[in-house]
Amino acid sequence: MKTLMTGDEAIARGAYEAGVRHASAYPGTPSTEILENLATYKEIYAEWAPNEKVAMESAIGAAVAGARSMVSMKHVGMNVAADPMFTWAYMGVNAGNVIVTADEPGMFSSQNEQDNRNYAKAAKLAMLEPSDSQECIDMMKAAFELSETFDTPFVIRMTTRVCHSKSIVELSDRKEVPLKEWTKNPAKYVCLPAMAKNLRVKLQERMEKLAAYSETSPFNRMEMGDPSVGVIASGICYYYAREVFGDKASYLKLGFTHPLPAGLIKEFCSKVDKVYILEENDPYIEEFVKQQGCDCIGKELFPYTGEMTPDVIRACVGGKMPETIEFDRSKLIRRAPTFCAGCPHRGLFYRLGKRKDIMISGDIGCYTLAASKPYSAMDSTVCMGASISLGHGAQRAFNLGDSGRRVVTVLGDSTFFHTGINSLINTVYNKSNTVNIILDNRITGMTGHQENPGTGFTAKGEPTTLISIEKLVKAIGIQHVYVIDPNNLALVDETLDRCLALDEPSVIITRWPCALKKFSQADKEEFAGMFSTKNKVDQEKCIGCKACLRTGCPALSYDKASKKARINHAQCVGCDVCAQVCPKDAIVKED
Amino acid sequence: MTKSILLVGVGGQGTILASKILTLGLMEAGYDVKMSEIHGMSQRGGSVSSQVRYGDRVMSPVIEKGKADIIVSFEKMEALRSLDYLKPDGVLVVNNEEIPSMSVITGEEDYPEDVLDEIKAHVEARVVDATRMAAELGNEKAANMILLGTIIKSMGLEHIHWEKILEDNIKPRFLELNKKALKAGMEAV
Repeated sequence: MKTLMTGDEAIARGAYEAGVRHASAYPGTPSTEILENLATYKEIYAEWAPNEKVAMESAIGAAVAGARSMVSMKHVGMNVAADPMFTWAYMGVNAGNVIVTADEPGMFSSQNEQDNRNYAKAAKLAMLEPSDSQECIDMMKAAFELSETFDTPFVIRMTTRVCHSKSIVELSDRKEVPLKEWTKNPAKYVCLPAMAKNLRVKLQERMEKLAAYSETSPFNRMEMGDPSVGVIASGICYYYAREVFGDKASYLKLGFTHPLPAGLIKEFCSKVDKVYILEENDPYIEEFVKQQGCDCIGKELFPYTGEMTPDVIRACVGGKMPETIEFDRSKLIRRAPTFCAGCPHRGLFYRLGKRKDIMISGDIGCYTLAASKPYSAMDSTVCMGASISLGHGAQRAFNLGDSGRRVVTVLGDSTFFHTGINSLINTVYNKSNTVNIILDNRITGMTGHQENPGTGFTAKGEPTTLISIEKLVKAIGIQHVYVIDPNNLALVDETLDRCLALDEPSVIITRWPCALKKFSQADKEEFAGMFSTKNKVDQEKCIGCKACLRTGCPALSYDKASKKARINHAQCVGCDVCAQVCPKDAIVKED
Repeated sequence: MTKSILLVGVGGQGTILASKILTLGLMEAGYDVKMSEIHGMSQRGGSVSSQVRYGDRVMSPVIEKGKADIIVSFEKMEALRSLDYLKPDGVLVVNNEEIPSMSVITGEEDYPEDVLDEIKAHVEARVVDATRMAAELGNEKAANMILLGTIIKSMGLEHIHWEKILEDNIKPRFLELNKKALKAGMEAV
């Protein structure tokens, strides 16, 4: 059957067809939909892990015990998962194992644009790079077969445009793969130095076998046309190159990209007049080609940063640029993403941003938007879970001076479970005095509503043990824990005052659900009456001071003709944050 | 010859469903099809776009500046923002809808009153009151199907069995509304 799929959907489909039994992941754009789709296949056990390291270890365990398994993550997730991954490469598999990384050239939804092909090289893992959705399916199936043949985990490296572009795929039936037998084998699975030394030698031998296989892989192929230009490209760059050069070039399309096929590359370079290497971010292929003694043109002409889209290639090679319509750009207004109407982060950050004498150590999630106007309530963001630990270090440094400056850290519920919990243990153990705010909106919000250990449901939607953040932080040893409704601005202020007055660490849990969440029965009982009312502006009382607009709610607007504020009925969910800042009590409930 | 369709708007306006229906119809008609979207941060009230390309064999899933055969914008400002993606002789359809951004709401900048004039100074834009028309049909959320209808008509794709595609992909209680909206869109241009 023929259908349209995104790369993410196709990766899940390929896993299904390959007989995968076990999948684990932590959400992260652009990889999230891989596990969401895996969870829809009844034949596959699919789980959200609290972080990528745990997900990797879960998949390793399943493969060792005999079930084909996989783990998927965004590019920065691989940093978290790298510790087990490097040693997993030494051990080799029992049942097949695939590690999917979704990189983000152009940084649409990420804090950096690291090129994870370097990880395959550094960890000595075999790697495939699909260019479209059909290749996602084909490569997943091939990767599981090859993983078992060569006794190695496989990396599949995607990029945003492969993950989130749809193209036509042909679906096949699932191949049921029986569980492999597990036998005790410490020489393979216990990486003590004595064992690891042997495994290291085997790993090198395996890489040589894989290098020989790469020469013959059907995913590496020459497409000879006009020999005046030769293009070497992998992933989406292959299609970008095809778009620009069409039949006026020859191509070496690389899909099996670690180890790279040295012989094939040398043969291709000898057949064409000049060679362009088209790859996003790092000169991964280029350095290898140059190492083989082949002349090629790479990063001296094409950029290191951003996407290598057809327009970028065209501009670099001096091609004819399409004619475009010029217009008056001063007429454009900015349209940045923003907190939704009823977002529980609004009340907290509206008040937190008013405190100019503190440092706010932030984290990764929707709430990172608080860095922008009108809140300007974030002073640092590095990576998942860093808010609490970076804040601890900053507080220690401030305490060395005489500024008296205090540090407030903020992170979400899912981010707390991810790695924030380790950071909080450090804060308690090392006697810090930071104020730590956990934004418990009852879901993983930014990536589009995935369950997490605090929601009470699994990735498959089954009820499970709900881990209480409040009990957890108390168990760690936090003596001052406050659970508050962040829509109550007076309570936000009062709690912040109380915690900032302490010389010990404290935790404030702002507990109110994401306004877009599909509410569970437990949510409906705990947050009775939530989002059931709507507000309006009493046009008689409104003096047009715009105080409400500064809460940054998209349901509010200012009517220039009447010089009064208005509330969009369809968008308002009655959170009352704007009503609390109105100096004239002009914002009231609709009748 | 590959054709390029760009759908732009603001998060939540239904561009994704419209482009899904469009790509399924094109596939059923035997074309090679690719579509590219950017998810993530853009969902939270930011600008959104869906890029659809079809033909005998489509290479790049993304549309270059100056290469879109048609742009359908669900909002006025987003039409202006995407104008340099249009071929100089391409078709521009604009929904006569104004959605203020956060910078407008907080008073940092004003939404210019002459956006349509600026667009019309450069291209012959077809302005459609899709949101109002959809409201008259029963639900303003169906504006996306009206705008899809304008694409179908403008690109000469009326021969594809769109009603069947809608039946397979729209919940039964919204089906009639969406069918009517699609037809209204085809008649609006």
